Amino acid sequence: MAYGDKVLDHYENPRNVGTLDKNDPNVGTGLVGAPACGDVMRLQVKISDDGKIEDAKFKTFGCGSAIASSSLVTEWVKGKSVDEAMTIKNTQIAKELALPPVKIHCSVLAEDAIKAAIADWKKKKGLSAQPQTPAEEKRIDG
Amino acid sequence: MPIKLPIYMDNNATTPLDPRVLEAMMPYLTTEFGNAASRSHPFGWKAEEAVDRAREQIAALIGGNEKEIVFTSGATESINLALKGAGEFYKEKGNHIITVRTEHKATLDTAKRLERQGFDVTYLPTDKFGRISAQQLREAITDKTILVSVMLANNEIGTLQPIAELGEVTREKGVLFHVDAVQGVGKVPFDVEKMKVDLASLSAHKIYGPKGIGALWVRRKPRVRIAPIIDGGGHERGMRSGTLNVPGIVGFGQAAELAQQLMPEEGKRTYQLRKKLQDYLFGHLDHLELNGHPTERLPGNLNASFAYVEGEALMMAIKNVAVSSGSACTSASLEPSYVLRACGVSEDLAHTSIRFGIGRFNTDDEVDYVGKYVVEQVKRLREMSPLYEMANEGIDLSKIEWAAH
Repeated sequence: MAYGDKVLDHYENPRNVGTLDKNDPNVGTGLVGAPACGDVMRLQVKISDDGKIEDAKFKTFGCGSAIASSSLVTEWVKGKSVDEAMTIKNTQIAKELALPPVKIHCSVLAEDAIKAAIADWKKKKGLSAQPQTPAEEKRIDG
Repeated sequence: MPIKLPIYMDNNATTPLDPRVLEAMMPYLTTEFGNAASRSHPFGWKAEEAVDRAREQIAALIGGNEKEIVFTSGATESINLALKGAGEFYKEKGNHIITVRTEHKATLDTAKRLERQGFDVTYLPTDKFGRISAQQLREAITDKTILVSVMLANNEIGTLQPIAELGEVTREKGVLFHVDAVQGVGKVPFDVEKMKVDLASLSAHKIYGPKGIGALWVRRKPRVRIAPIIDGGGHERGMRSGTLNVPGIVGFGQAAELAQQLMPEEGKRTYQLRKKLQDYLFGHLDHLELNGHPTERLPGNLNASFAYVEGEALMMAIKNVAVSSGSACTSASLEPSYVLRACGVSEDLAHTSIRFGIGRFNTDDEVDYVGKYVVEQVKRLREMSPLYEMANEGIDLSKIEWAAH
């Protein structure tokens, strides 16, 4: 499959690969996907007391688009407030990386990973468990 | 000698044209353009002579007779012709066909079409290495069985089927035996007489010949009958109409002759290269699983699952080497390899499989390069893999409730 330049750039020079301490009360961890489906993303965010995302790290098992999608969202969420990060949509990710239709599910997974990481942080902080809105089903596969 | 990049190591997909084959073809692409069916002038006679010579070269490679070769557009057509043609001709005798779950799609999809037309098809399960046994076949044959179709060697995992033993069973039971010999012929011994085969599908481009030409070998003694699937001018004794692809046929013949000459040496050499790559990878990486049979496999085929690294991502990472993967992400269907699944390989591991196909033109230096390159990139990707980190922390990944998506 031929990839766009942005996917290749993120794939070859992934931003923010790594691990944050999952036991740190300020760190939220989101683990989404399944090995049997061929992609698993783990996104971690470190959130300051005033609700800003100070740091973000990822590790991803998946194809080039999955790795690029997770790399991109770590860049996007850094410096954003929690509320701002929650507004990131998979369609923006897919558009930025020019993902072909067969790879849209990678962007869906990246959006889910942000939401899961923030939900984990909120749970730790005992914040209102807002119902988690999963990414819109705009993918073509199962 | 410096290595030229990218390296082609996907010789189970196709092989480069051998320069000696191209040389043999050139006259028939230029001055000797006659139609082999033209009986009235020297242009046609020369073409026919060349085609007949190719029949001899191909028949010699498989231990058959030159009059038993039916040229087709490739092995997919040959397999369609064998199954549909024999099915049509012998349907009064019975409607049961036996094949194997790990066969090529050309066989499986043809079998499925025949099922829709009223045939019963048994798809034999394999062991974890992708092999079936003669006993299994014997038990599956009924008084309605007319045809058994089994591949000589698997295109993905390289596993060799016990063709000679299966041929004993089909001959004893009076059932036709079709062998999809595409991947194995020219690489491992294949003899239609010794192995008691009745129909064999062959392809030129897997043995360093041109694409677009194949053959179905159809036994004459005792005579095997097939109904044509393409009607027209009655070429190939009525079994396959259509003007013969003379340059392709000449190339196929030359490729077959070369394969026969080179096989003893080339088989050893490609085996040694594969073994070297395999030993290097297994010596330098943990969590690596061999797919297919440890010994009964094509000499140049290596298929392995690099756990915790998705196959397509790995192929992107080793972009200087052309290989293929059983990962879903490389197929339109998003399903991982059905061949690996049939061997009981988990979906997780099927997603991480890579097939290396070493062939005639691969060198020792290339194998050294590929080994180091793959190890380096697998390690890099594993550093990015949450699964590798979790596995190393002792977390049992099979116990996690993954949200399937």
